[in-house]
Amino acid sequence: MAHDPERCKQIFALLSEYLDLEMPPEACAEIESHMTDCAPCIEFAESLKATIALCRQHSPEVRPKPLSAEAKATLQSAWQQVLASRK
Amino acid sequence: MTREQETELTRSVLAGDSAAFDAFVEHFRAKVFHYTWLMCGQREDAEEVAQDTLLGVFQHLDDLREPERVRPWVFRIARNACLTKRRHSVFAPARELSLDEFVPVVHGDGQHRHIEIADWSLLPEDTLLQSELKEQLDCAIAALPDNYKSVVLLRDVEALSTEETAQILAVSTDTVKTRLHRARLALRQKLDQYLNTAKPGGGR
Repeated sequence: MAHDPERCKQIFALLSEYLDLEMPPEACAEIESHMTDCAPCIEFAESLKATIALCRQHSPEVRPKPLSAEAKATLQSAWQQVLASRK
Repeated sequence: MTREQETELTRSVLAGDSAAFDAFVEHFRAKVFHYTWLMCGQREDAEEVAQDTLLGVFQHLDDLREPERVRPWVFRIARNACLTKRRHSVFAPARELSLDEFVPVVHGDGQHRHIEIADWSLLPEDTLLQSELKEQLDCAIAALPDNYKSVVLLRDVEALSTEETAQILAVSTDTVKTRLHRARLALRQKLDQYLNTAKPGGGR
């Protein structure tokens, strides 16, 4: 099949929507049919997919300092006031 | 914690359960701190925004009609607390990312076409990210322009939906999609450069 670099560029612009399954089924099928046959698009899409997966697994390395007793008391009092205001 | 677990926890907090209160504070304080720390880069600011956010959350707790939506609701309050903190820089010009910056270069022709790309199989397979890679990802996220950073943090790190993210940031869903794609491309590019120069997990 003749390779169309313009098509690769169009797909490049749509890859996130494609990977997030936010595209209409017909558009999705079109991209899939191009992908079966285009090594650069497949390779690029795989690396983008891996990037998204890394973000999804990302848990913070930096954590806040332990909450001070004073700050906790402030929050607790705001919460208690809301609970009390319902009665 | 999954969103279902957050919903349950929130229901208990609404019902006045003290143990749930402690767990809620610990969980959301860490989340908001991380978001703000990556948004503004200052530990003190992030600690303050996390406290201001939680205070706003508890003061307006009864405004939360649907406990299922607690995560986007907390992040909406965090976003506003973050903007208040940074009001001095609100008028700084926003940098835009263009798709052209990230188009891969294709070499060869016919069956032999290939792109310049690192060996992504070098990424650690286990789900717990190694600390060096985590650090790279944090740096790459922190380096994004603010408009893009907030979208990728809410959509990919916090796993909020396109609609929820659009509501929090007060932009259209199309804007969220466009910014998300460009932000991901920028992160992919940074990670690709990292993989080209390092062997994650295997030392240098």
